[in-house]
Amino acid sequence: MTETAHPAFPVQTSGGDREDPPTVPLPPVPGGPQADPAPRALSGLETREVTAWFGPRKVLERVSFTMRAGEITALIGPSGCGKSTYLRILNRMHEMVRGAALAGEVLLEGEDVYAPGRRPAEVRRRIGMVFQRPNPFPAMSLYDNVVSGLKLSGIRASREERDHLVETSLRRAGLWDEVSNRLGTPGGALSGGQQQRLCIARSLAVSPEILLMDEPCSALDPTSTRRIEETIAELRHRVTIVIVTHNMQQAQRVSQSCAFFLATHDTPGRIVESGPTERLFTDPADPRTADYVNGRFG
Amino acid sequence: MHSTLPQTPQTPQRPAAPEPPDPPEQRRIKLGGTTREEVLTMLGAGAGSLALDWLLYERVLPLSGAFGFLLCWYLLFLALYTLVGRLQWDALTVRERLATALAWSSGLLVLAVIAEQIGYVAVRGLDAARHWNFFTETMRTTAPLSPITSGGCLHAVVGSLEQLGLATLFSVPLGVVTAVFLVEAGTSRRSARFVTPVRVLVEAMTALPSIVAGLFVLGVVILTLGAEKSGLAASLALTVMMTPIVTRAAEVVVRLVPGTLKEASYALGAGQWRTVWHVVLPTARPGLTTAVVLGMARGVGETSPVLLTAGFTARMNLDPLHGNQASLPLYVWNYVKQPYPDMVARAFAGALTLMAVVLVLFVTARVLGRHRAPTERRARRPLRRARTTATAAVPAPAPTPAAVPAPVLAVESR
Repeated sequence: MTETAHPAFPVQTSGGDREDPPTVPLPPVPGGPQADPAPRALSGLETREVTAWFGPRKVLERVSFTMRAGEITALIGPSGCGKSTYLRILNRMHEMVRGAALAGEVLLEGEDVYAPGRRPAEVRRRIGMVFQRPNPFPAMSLYDNVVSGLKLSGIRASREERDHLVETSLRRAGLWDEVSNRLGTPGGALSGGQQQRLCIARSLAVSPEILLMDEPCSALDPTSTRRIEETIAELRHRVTIVIVTHNMQQAQRVSQSCAFFLATHDTPGRIVESGPTERLFTDPADPRTADYVNGRFG
Repeated sequence: MHSTLPQTPQTPQRPAAPEPPDPPEQRRIKLGGTTREEVLTMLGAGAGSLALDWLLYERVLPLSGAFGFLLCWYLLFLALYTLVGRLQWDALTVRERLATALAWSSGLLVLAVIAEQIGYVAVRGLDAARHWNFFTETMRTTAPLSPITSGGCLHAVVGSLEQLGLATLFSVPLGVVTAVFLVEAGTSRRSARFVTPVRVLVEAMTALPSIVAGLFVLGVVILTLGAEKSGLAASLALTVMMTPIVTRAAEVVVRLVPGTLKEASYALGAGQWRTVWHVVLPTARPGLTTAVVLGMARGVGETSPVLLTAGFTARMNLDPLHGNQASLPLYVWNYVKQPYPDMVARAFAGALTLMAVVLVLFVTARVLGRHRAPTERRARRPLRRARTTATAAVPAPAPTPAAVPAPVLAVESR
């Protein structure tokens, strides 16, 4: 179902069937009003010589790396090697920390997101982010949480569009069946894993081109982790994903390419090795990578 | 070995054996709480110290007075309790129990003071407040020696509510905006310079004597600008008192909003304004309500700012813009000075009313400040679905306009 599915839209609103979606034959979700991937080619992201500082301390040194469109890229490495910082540089969240500084370029579709005159808010809407700890807005219902991105970035939408967007986003995040009958409850009333999927749905609702995930499963139990990983795998064809993870099995399971970050005591973090995940885990070129992926340190 | 042999033939019989009866209900162990021994020790120490105190105070020492008697009783009780406790418990337990007794007695002391205040006002005030006319009449036709069944505080209640409402209207936006500034301005280097001066100013205003707030409004609004004494002038004076209270209380709760929520908002493409409006303030709402209540509680009882700016009248004045307007604190202040017992009773009844007003305000604000009940939205949603169904079903081409904005949105999100 692609654009031609739009006529199916009224079917969806006229059923009054929000209460028990599993039994009612809803039409397969036609691409949301604005989350339709068809008219848009997936975007890739590239960094050139990115160096980052916190105050006088340099935490990243000349990181050049390409995250290809339509792929899931995993960033792995021991704690404190700068991979989270790197991720936050990609959507300009880095500059929200006091004393943070940066050099280099981050190219989204060939355009530098740090170009003068570029608004951070616009960059962040195109490059969404899911955080380590689930952080749904506690003062909003599930419904409002999902559409909060519209409100927060000033996009107007009619009620039908919003209803539709909520369903589409929740379905993509694999949460619809669990919460469709209680969209009015506060976001904090869900379990940790559900909250994290709600956050994913919230990020998807503004139809980002890239989705950054900062250890999205590290605060969750194994079952929820598996659910999130399935969600990530399903999202691969809609959005380019960059995921930071401490869990090497996870990196192996979900990602197509991989970058290994490392920082020693006196040197800032840099990419030791990158490439297809398969190769990085089976045939690493660098002995440090081999040690790390085989669990000999870190 | 020998013992097992005779048992082997019995094993088939075992299943046939009657089911063991349900085990009797287990006795619950008493967790925590006090034992009879402790209670009796405390009661004994209390009675003993009372007797000793009476002996000392009434027969031995050349002292008198209820306060000294109670104080001596308390000190004797502590001493006796320690002594009796030492006979049966070890030193550590005695110290712990003594600390418990001290904590309890200080708590009870505070409660007693509150109860005494409210009770005294209530007892004195009920003389007037038990007559219904007190809440339905003004003092317009009441002469100094009129019976208690005439006259009341209605005009003062109305005046208080109007002045407080106006002052809240002025001070809450000011205070909350200032609080948001204090918290949010720190994030950008350009505005961070102003944070410290503003905070110092707010703290200085908190300590401002209330009579100065009244003098300020008297000097600026009434004497310089030539406005008359009125409810509005009084509410301006109250605003000066309430704003710093609201600001400081609101700053605390705005600062408590987790940074992760703000990050989430920024990561969705929000600016600082929208983050504050849609995420920070709604999350802090219960706390903000408390801040507002604190400010109102401070404002409603203020006498001196109102004294200089509102004037006083025995008549009902509904218009806060013109003419003198009474308020409850002024009512109390004005009538408690008079040498007529009925007037003093009315003043106490006014004080009682003031406390009741504060109580009502607190409860209202608490109810308003709660997060939405989780089920509220859910109950509404089917209704909304029904409504959209109805609107979509009646006009046939309704779906088309619904689908049209979709590409617009997609373009806008680029």
